[in-house]
Amino acid sequence: MNSFNATLRIIYTLWLRQVKRYWRSPARIVGSLGQPLLFLIALGYGLGAVFQQAGQGNFISFLAPGIMCMAILFTSIFSGIEIIWDKQFGFLKETLVAPVSRWTIMFGRTLGGATVALIQGVIVFLLALALGFHPTNFWMIIPALFFMLLIALLFTALGTAIASRLNDMQGFQLIMNFVVMPIFFLSGAIFPLDKVPVALAIVVKINPLSYGIDAVRSLLVGNAVFSLAVDATVLIAVGALLMTLGAWLFSGIQA
Amino acid sequence: MSSQPIISVKNLIKNFGQIPAVKGISFDVEPGELFAFLGPNGAGKSTTIKMLTTVLEPTSGDILLNGFNPVEHPAAVRRSFGIVFQDPTLDNDLTAYENMEYHAVLYAVPKSVYVPRIKELMELVELWDRRKSFVRDFSGGMKRRLEIARGLLHHPKVFFLDEPTVGLDPQTRNHIWNYIRELNTRERTTIFFTTHYMDEAERQASRIAVVDHGTIVATGTATDLKAQTKTTSLEDAFLALTGKVIRSEEASAADTMRAHARAWRR
Repeated sequence: MNSFNATLRIIYTLWLRQVKRYWRSPARIVGSLGQPLLFLIALGYGLGAVFQQAGQGNFISFLAPGIMCMAILFTSIFSGIEIIWDKQFGFLKETLVAPVSRWTIMFGRTLGGATVALIQGVIVFLLALALGFHPTNFWMIIPALFFMLLIALLFTALGTAIASRLNDMQGFQLIMNFVVMPIFFLSGAIFPLDKVPVALAIVVKINPLSYGIDAVRSLLVGNAVFSLAVDATVLIAVGALLMTLGAWLFSGIQA
Repeated sequence: MSSQPIISVKNLIKNFGQIPAVKGISFDVEPGELFAFLGPNGAGKSTTIKMLTTVLEPTSGDILLNGFNPVEHPAAVRRSFGIVFQDPTLDNDLTAYENMEYHAVLYAVPKSVYVPRIKELMELVELWDRRKSFVRDFSGGMKRRLEIARGLLHHPKVFFLDEPTVGLDPQTRNHIWNYIRELNTRERTTIFFTTHYMDEAERQASRIAVVDHGTIVATGTATDLKAQTKTTSLEDAFLALTGKVIRSEEASAADTMRAHARAWRR
């Protein structure tokens, strides 16, 4: 077996582990769907009438891509952060003394975490359809999947980078309140960007999730702020940067 | 010396910031030995094992494991040893077999080799019937047996066991040592282990090194150490060599400092 094939098999095995762990805990799958569902129902139906009166159209259709991306954001950051569990339960040591480069480990794990997040996003898509989401063209979900995967990769890498620096779950609340929540709320997931104050608009434009949501939304309901090319460029560039940062921080872990 | 030592350590030093943990130790381990590395808590045992197994870089000194330097050739060193850590390092959400397979792939063992090898080792540690069970349902003893099987999967030259029998009942301890001894004779795997059970060291080790305050204070067979200290049991010899003062306080202070040192470094 040559070393390239061996590396591919290692990446596949690391990927498979993440996917198996997800698949085998239905409680986790259902649990993590609660929040997106709540947002869709409470905001979608609750504010739907007001949104319509303001001349912005159907709120569920506007909101659904944002909530799909929210599910991806949450799942991928927490997939990355799972490294802390692996550290605490010791499994990471087994991986770190194996004759495998840290980059390979980081890459395999990130792919696995991103896959799980992508599945979660697709489930929310189906839930949104059931709740009255009407994409202008159903089949545009296929190109949208590409952007959803980019979002998933980007934030899994961010989660890994954060987790590489932490040794226990003490920082969990901190990450939730100062990283995950701001990224979600300041992304244009739940409000249109055309009438927000300038300061908020600037913050939203710094946030990479905004570009992911913009791409998914413009493909599914045609409501673009940026062009798809800009969206893809930002997501790929920031994703590559975070992947490199994550791998670098991860390679600094000493068991 | 008839053969090349499988582990060779010369003037090994490790400082955590200002605090010395290992202060220039030297020793050799010959192929096929059952080598016990004894010492009170905080003596530098774990730090030394971490340096031997590539997870920690020495401040200075030379290590050769199976002829490779862990700093220069970490991958070659990692392929040469297997390890059972003090705390379990299994994935509880995978089955016993999946844990084995994960290890096999990470160590690039071809499928044609690892399929029969996993069966052989899991039969040896009497877990083959439980291969489809999730590890989270295993007892402490079963987990330890699985880790031993896993650590040997890639035919390591050296097998590190950091307190392999801590917290296990005498029956399980006895079984675990039977597996280890069988592998030691059958595959000539060198065994490098630490323990706080002196009877275990006396019964199992072909040679013992006693470490204290980051230096080796004595090496030899159990009989040598008893003769050297004019005592009748290894336990008494150990106490004669390392004193009767309880180390936990001093060690924990050092641990805290190390934790701080780590926190500041990264």
